[in-house]
Amino acid sequence: MIKVISDFIKRIFFQIFQDRSALKIGLYGPPNSGKSTLANKICKDWIGEEMSKVSNIPHETREIKIKEKITVKHKNKELTFNLVDTPGLATKIDYEDFVKKGMKAAQAKKRAKEATRGVIESIKWMDSMDAILVVLDATENPYSQVNITLIGNLVARKIPLVVVANKIDMKKAKIKKVEAAFPQYDVVGISALKGHNMEELYESIFKLIRER
Amino acid sequence: MLTLQFIPYKEIQSLSSEKRISKILNIVKNDKIVLLQGRLFPEEETTLIERTMEQISRSKFKGVEICTVMPNTNQTLIDKIRNSIASALLGNRDGVTIIGPASIVKEIKRDPDKILLFTKEAKKRRRR
Ligand SMILES: Nc1nc2c(ncn2[C@@H]2O[C@H](COP(=O)(O)OP(=O)(O)OP(=O)(O)O)[C@@H](O)[C@H]2O)c(=O)[nH]1
Ligand SMILES: [Mg+2]
Repeated sequence: MIKVISDFIKRIFFQIFQDRSALKIGLYGPPNSGKSTLANKICKDWIGEEMSKVSNIPHETREIKIKEKITVKHKNKELTFNLVDTPGLATKIDYEDFVKKGMKAAQAKKRAKEATRGVIESIKWMDSMDAILVVLDATENPYSQVNITLIGNLVARKIPLVVVANKIDMKKAKIKKVEAAFPQYDVVGISALKGHNMEELYESIFKLIRER
Repeated sequence: MLTLQFIPYKEIQSLSSEKRISKILNIVKNDKIVLLQGRLFPEEETTLIERTMEQISRSKFKGVEICTVMPNTNQTLIDKIRNSIASALLGNRDGVTIIGPASIVKEIKRDPDKILLFTKEAKKRRRR
């Protein structure tokens, strides 16, 4: 309960004190798709530091993370925004999945509980985003319910988006399949880990903001 | 044991979003699979996820699997989303939404034939 109240206050606080003119770009997607890896890559590129913890165990990010005033330069243009890394969206969370990854039961249960709050927080923050990068793992089936719910909500809430098909460095990655699933949207294949194709992503971000 | 509960469109038509969702979740929490005629609004889907997360943190509940099945499987994802938004606005009853407990529905295939088989199987089992 206290946690709920403190989260609420935190949100109100942010809403009052954040710079209203600052653009907010959110990284949204299912757990483990590489949102935090991408957040770190963007931060390293432009401010020389990282912002989020990365893990191969899903639900590593369980609270909203914001890095303010990142200025990206691309082809003589400049764009300053606040980057928001969010907890991965899910319709189910089973602490036993974390136990299977080697965690102790108590620790796994705690992680699961925090993860459920994280999902709620991500959803609550959606409306305050100016644009969203939907980060998907290109080695996974793009037609998942989480992806459908996420894109459906962005369409309904009129939030512009780019689909980022991440992990293209992996053999199993199928960017064509992601493109086929989202023909109306700009799909950019990248490797956040290796830094592949970041220029095209920056190009898409500029385009997204311009056409907003 | 696998039980399916069909909710006809008229049964939730007049309910508020919040009531619709609590109705669905209560059934799913009793280890039943809901076959909902028609679809939820995108915002209802996120509300369903939020309520699901609250239940997980409170109990042994592991969450839900959701699957929207459109009659026309040749549509692209976006067409499906578009159609589902448009038809939700129009109160279209096409398609079916399946919502089940994650612990039971390990994988729902996006293929109406499979779901038909799946329900037959379930009915058979229920009769036993
Ligand atoms: N091969 C490969 N692995 C990647 C790439 N990006 C991320 N990963 C790996 O995928 C795993 C998850 O990465 P995260 O960045 O923590 O994923 P996330 O989307 O932030 O996950 P949550 O915080 O749980 O929602 C880690 O093991 C990363 O090293 C990529 O481009 N290529
Ligand atoms: Mg993360």
